[in-house]
Amino acid sequence: MLTLSVFAEARRFEAVVAVLDRYDRDPSRLIPILQAVQDEYRYLPEEIMTYVATALDISPAKVYGVATFYGHFSLEPKGKHVIKVCDGTACHVKGSGDLVEALRAELRLEGKAKTTPDMLFTLETVSCLGACGLAPVLVVGEDVHGLVGKDEAVRLVKEIRRKEAGDGSI
Amino acid sequence: MSGFVTIDGIKVPIEGEKNVLALCRKANIDVPTFCYHSKLSTYGACRLCLVEINGKDIDASCVVPPKDGMSVRTSTAKIRSMRRMNLELLLANHKQDCPTCERSASCKLRDLSAKMGIRDVRFKRLRAERPKDSGSVALVRDPNKCILCGDCVRYCAEIQGVGAIDFAGRGSDVMVSPAFGKSLGEVDCVNCGQCAAVCPTAAIVPRSPADAVWKALEDPETVVVAQIAPAVRVAIGERFGMAPGENAAGKIATALRMLGFDKVYDTAFGADLTVVEESGELAGRLASGEKLPLFTSCCPAWVKYAEQFFPELLPSLSSCMSPQAMVGSIVREDAARAAAAAVAAGGAERVGKRVVVVSVMPCVAKKYEVSRPELSRDGGPLVDFSLTTAELASMIEEAGLRFAALPAGSMDMPFGFATGAGMVFGDAGGVAEAVARYVGAPVSPLNGRALEFVDEIPGGGIRSATLRLGDRELTVLSVQGLANAKLVARGVLDGSRRADVVEVMACPGGCVGGAGQPIDPDGSAVAERKRGMRDADGARELRTTGDNPFVPKFYAEVLGGEPGGHRAHELLHTGYSSKKRIQDTRISLVRGGEAQKVAVRVCVGTSCFLRGSQAVLRDVLASVEKAGLQDYVDVSATFCSEKCDKGPTVHVGSETIHKASAEAVMALITPKVGALAAR
Repeated sequence: MLTLSVFAEARRFEAVVAVLDRYDRDPSRLIPILQAVQDEYRYLPEEIMTYVATALDISPAKVYGVATFYGHFSLEPKGKHVIKVCDGTACHVKGSGDLVEALRAELRLEGKAKTTPDMLFTLETVSCLGACGLAPVLVVGEDVHGLVGKDEAVRLVKEIRRKEAGDGSI
Repeated sequence: MSGFVTIDGIKVPIEGEKNVLALCRKANIDVPTFCYHSKLSTYGACRLCLVEINGKDIDASCVVPPKDGMSVRTSTAKIRSMRRMNLELLLANHKQDCPTCERSASCKLRDLSAKMGIRDVRFKRLRAERPKDSGSVALVRDPNKCILCGDCVRYCAEIQGVGAIDFAGRGSDVMVSPAFGKSLGEVDCVNCGQCAAVCPTAAIVPRSPADAVWKALEDPETVVVAQIAPAVRVAIGERFGMAPGENAAGKIATALRMLGFDKVYDTAFGADLTVVEESGELAGRLASGEKLPLFTSCCPAWVKYAEQFFPELLPSLSSCMSPQAMVGSIVREDAARAAAAAVAAGGAERVGKRVVVVSVMPCVAKKYEVSRPELSRDGGPLVDFSLTTAELASMIEEAGLRFAALPAGSMDMPFGFATGAGMVFGDAGGVAEAVARYVGAPVSPLNGRALEFVDEIPGGGIRSATLRLGDRELTVLSVQGLANAKLVARGVLDGSRRADVVEVMACPGGCVGGAGQPIDPDGSAVAERKRGMRDADGARELRTTGDNPFVPKFYAEVLGGEPGGHRAHELLHTGYSSKKRIQDTRISLVRGGEAQKVAVRVCVGTSCFLRGSQAVLRDVLASVEKAGLQDYVDVSATFCSEKCDKGPTVHVGSETIHKASAEAVMALITPKVGALAAR
């Protein structure tokens, strides 16, 4: 039901307030605060960043500066499943470029788009994940997959789609 | 730290200098730098002020504290080569459209490139062209010219306490940007323009209306009226080889007529009117004991700052328009009366000519002020265009006038005459001084000043003086810089600071140090301009507003007699409203279904936040859910919906609840939902 998910929004906002309280509204703890906010929203919405700035008595431009400095923070909504393809030296040599191409084709991502219109997938490249022995490596959510070929990558996507279509439990 | 540092073979005593760069300057050596400003924190980013320390280390002299016995060399072959390389790298990504750039003559990057002997830039530009930000009425940003020295960022945060811009991004993508990549016009920028004044290049510049002014001057169907702020006359000469502080009021009048202006008035006349009105306001508030301290309202950057950050203080702001707006207002009133008289006399010669009011200001924020809807009449602005001192100087240059050689002209009457009190408005402490003179003794020969300020903080950013009024002793504060204004405002609100009058000027030094003045690279001109301002006051025989013969005449003929009267309020007073820091910030929490809905907006702005809006929001959400009303209400959290002193504020539909509780909100929601459900 629509209202249920909408109420989830309200709870998220309350969670932000709780996060601010947990960190004593201390501006020097902006980074962990933003991390916690991102955990709730999967990205950093503009109005929530303004709210955080107001609550911490720092300028919104400062919060924006921190949010744009760290690659970990996203200012765009991310898909439910985030796929990170390692593009460090070892993975690059082992063909991570082909993986990205195959995944972009499978996910029908065009131009600079990183997230599918149905908000199910976000595809990112990251620098070295530190698992060079398993190159090329990709991470889906929290799960690491090593020695991945193009077909294997596409299969992972299809599997997630199938599970999502079956039930919402994933 | 005491002792000596040997700089290029010269022994230089350490006398409280915090860094080697300051010591080098004392030894008459200009070590090149972009990012060092003595009034700001040190940053050490531009890597131009490199020096050799003790024969081995090469370091940025701005961040090295001096030590006794230290030996410094400032210009070795290695240092010169490194400086050149660093400059070349800065130039590589800098948009080099120097011949058409408005800072061409005052660009520090161009200046240092020439001085460091750069003849060739070996590196290619890698940065893609970035869009200009033209969304502010007062300032234009061009990120393609930014060299990331951070002067603007630190000025805005440290001196003005605003932080409207900051570094965003990382590595080669770093840029100085307002929050969320928005335009300066959409964020909490107060338009003081000091970012543009400290910018070594043209990455931020004031927005010039010169083309529109030229057009109006050319148009035979317009009467173009100029008004000159006090601080302009002691600075404009700097652009024409005159000494800072030299009073050029007469030359300005001559130049403006040669450019084609029909009338030349003195904004200081408006200042004299401000003194009368503000004194009346003060007397009223002292009598009632309400709305004290009286905060001045002449500085538009301060007014916007107060609207954004201290809405609960807005009732304490003087309701007087700024002198700029007052002159705009009375010029229009005068023109309307003259037109009516002409029609009545049958000779309607002037009717139909449009009056265009152009102000010349030391200020960038005045460009924003003229756009304020509160300062308009009959659908048009009171002042059409606001030029800075520097922009008028450029128009004079464009017309080829030899400004320094022009004979002195005089301003037009009746609005071209001002007393010494009107003149000192341009200097920090001057507005308070002028009011103090008037309330002390409206008409009297005055020698010396009415107020003797003493520093309350080092540097004099907050100063206080005592004014004896009958048997009362009033505390008068003069505040420079909005970060200092924040300290005072907080002190007033929490009761830790007592004052009766608080004058706030956003720019250090007051209007003489405004961002619209000619670029003053080392900050030495401000003191001279202040002296010029005080000389302009001291040279006058008529030094208190009560001495201005045109003021009572104007009150009698136009304002219906008495100060503070009905007509004076219509023509000379204004209002303020609380403003959001960032536009369009509303957090949607519950969106009802397709049916018609009741809109509930809970303010979570700073003030309401402190008054517990959070708990109200939580309880309202819980109650809505419990009652199963989700489909019929839109709940959102908004920032500041005004009336902060009565927070927490909640809007339900078109109704507003102050000091809201969840019960009160639900009591309003329930019948509205009932009415909706019944349809």
